[in-house]
Amino acid sequence: MFAFILNRIALLVPIFFGVTLVSFGFIRMLPGDPVVALAGERDMTPERHAEMMAKLGLDKPAWQQYLDYVWNLLHGDFGTSVLTNRPILDEFMELFPATIELGVTAMMLAVVIGVPIGIFAAVKRGTFYDQGIMGLSLVGYSMPIFWWGLLLIILFSGIWGLTPISGRISFLYDVPTVTGFLLIDTLLSGEEGAFASAMHHMILPTIVLGTIPLAIIARQTRSAMLEVLSEDYVRTARAKGLSPLRVYGLHALRNAMITVITVIGLQVGTLMAGAILTETIFSWPGIGKWIIFSVFSRDYYAVQGGLVLIAMIIMAVNLIVDVLYGLINPRILHTSS
Amino acid sequence: MSNNAVDSIPAGNRRTSALRQSLIEFWYYFSESKTAVIGLAFLVGIILMALTADVIAPHDPAVQYRECLEQPPTWGAEKCNFAFGTDYAGRDMLSRIIYGTRLSLVAGGMVVILCLSIGIVFGVVAGYFRGWVDIAIMRIMDTILSVPGLLMALVLVAILGPGLLNAMIAISITYLPHFVRLTRSSYITESTKEYVIASKVAGAGKFRIMFITILPNCMAPLIVQATLSFSTAILDTAALGFLGMGAQPPAPEWGTLIAENRDLMLSAPWTVTFPGLAILLAVLAINLMGDGLRDALDPKMKRS
Repeated sequence: MFAFILNRIALLVPIFFGVTLVSFGFIRMLPGDPVVALAGERDMTPERHAEMMAKLGLDKPAWQQYLDYVWNLLHGDFGTSVLTNRPILDEFMELFPATIELGVTAMMLAVVIGVPIGIFAAVKRGTFYDQGIMGLSLVGYSMPIFWWGLLLIILFSGIWGLTPISGRISFLYDVPTVTGFLLIDTLLSGEEGAFASAMHHMILPTIVLGTIPLAIIARQTRSAMLEVLSEDYVRTARAKGLSPLRVYGLHALRNAMITVITVIGLQVGTLMAGAILTETIFSWPGIGKWIIFSVFSRDYYAVQGGLVLIAMIIMAVNLIVDVLYGLINPRILHTSS
Repeated sequence: MSNNAVDSIPAGNRRTSALRQSLIEFWYYFSESKTAVIGLAFLVGIILMALTADVIAPHDPAVQYRECLEQPPTWGAEKCNFAFGTDYAGRDMLSRIIYGTRLSLVAGGMVVILCLSIGIVFGVVAGYFRGWVDIAIMRIMDTILSVPGLLMALVLVAILGPGLLNAMIAISITYLPHFVRLTRSSYITESTKEYVIASKVAGAGKFRIMFITILPNCMAPLIVQATLSFSTAILDTAALGFLGMGAQPPAPEWGTLIAENRDLMLSAPWTVTFPGLAILLAVLAINLMGDGLRDALDPKMKRS
């Protein structure tokens, strides 16, 4: 097991250096003078320009700049925002809980609905229900989620007035930040109505972000179940006279779960990409909105830092999924190490 | 007897008849899925719409009817007769969406062509040479994959500058790893088969083995991947347009249309609803077709 984990970590090392090369190259490949792009000043005197060159480390040879960059990254220094003059890591960590909170609720929605309807479609294979569920999941999979979000806002907020248009919580509440997860913080604060308000604000963004994972999970659960349902042990379970709930819910699902868990793990990247759009639509103060804002305000160090941090998080999650996968299915462990 | 019949066909004809045979077989499996045929028909309709946009669009997409700002959809009205309504500048939404078809199809098509041509070369080279060439190519692809596609595309557009062409290039780069991996893995599977060894023994050169002997046998999964990438490329082009990093106004790209009318979404919801519906229907049609293609081309699924 230990060797297996080490092996997986070793595979990540070249990717880490690849990502740092990309993010390092990003700043150097920006159009125009990098000093002007990074300092955000116009009409610099030559002295000021040289001073900034030295301050930003651009006067050193490229390989040395890269080594310095990686050295700083490994020591937790992801650069400083040109806009706010604060360390990128601090800004990222402050906004990240909002993105995690949304991502987790979206994923829960996707699993809680996607797995049962996937099983149902597999059991009812070829019927009207199966075709209906698969058709709907294909629509979900094809959905431009930024439009889906706007459509839900038009209907639920604009026409029916049921949900708030944007933000994480009503401005009436001032909840002290403890964990950064608003659903937890509002409960801790004990303020009446705060938790309900936070929940209320989460409904639409959760649906929007969860739509594509939901569609994918439903489809994958169905095909994993179909494969398992034709196995001998399922026929045996049925022949023993077990109730359908036991056969499908216990014997079949447990084996289909391996595929489903892998799919869930692979959705982390999809969720991050979806978060960029969802957070922009709902003014959700998370990483996605921050990245877009940084791109538009030309805060390139923030974009660079965000890129590396997100890549590292995804690598870490994939590593965890790999290890979990090895735990659930020991055959993998023995073939690859 | 039947062998004699085949032998009597001239060599050139024999090849075309084999191609025709496989096309007929493909169509047989493809047309088994009604939804796939519907998807294909819809896609053909969209392509025709793009080709004939000048003829079928009721108005010029750029003309601003200043007396008809933000008009709701109306049919047959005397003044301001716009089937899908007008936007904030009084432009006809229907015509803009019809012209937008061109941009989305070209963007999707370009991404697929770029990914196929570059991805196949990289994949075949990695599969043929193996060793450090393979490792270098695959690590670069892993790096691209380790960042979410849309984020990678955003960063690339920040370097290249916003615009439809740059958005296409950026999206192509983020899709490239899928094509390289797929080509490489099916190339490696094929390269150990006997016909390849036979061709080597017969003295075929490197390039002949790579691109003429082996590659055609790797095409089926690549065609499926290309179809699915075509639809996601349309989605991602629209997403970049929506974020203001893709096609720039006044280009009637579907995502850009949604972005420029976003402030009106509550007062004039049709300006946002129809372009999004166009994206959804186009992507759905291509995905329906892609599902049918996969079932028809995947040998495991064949019942023969």
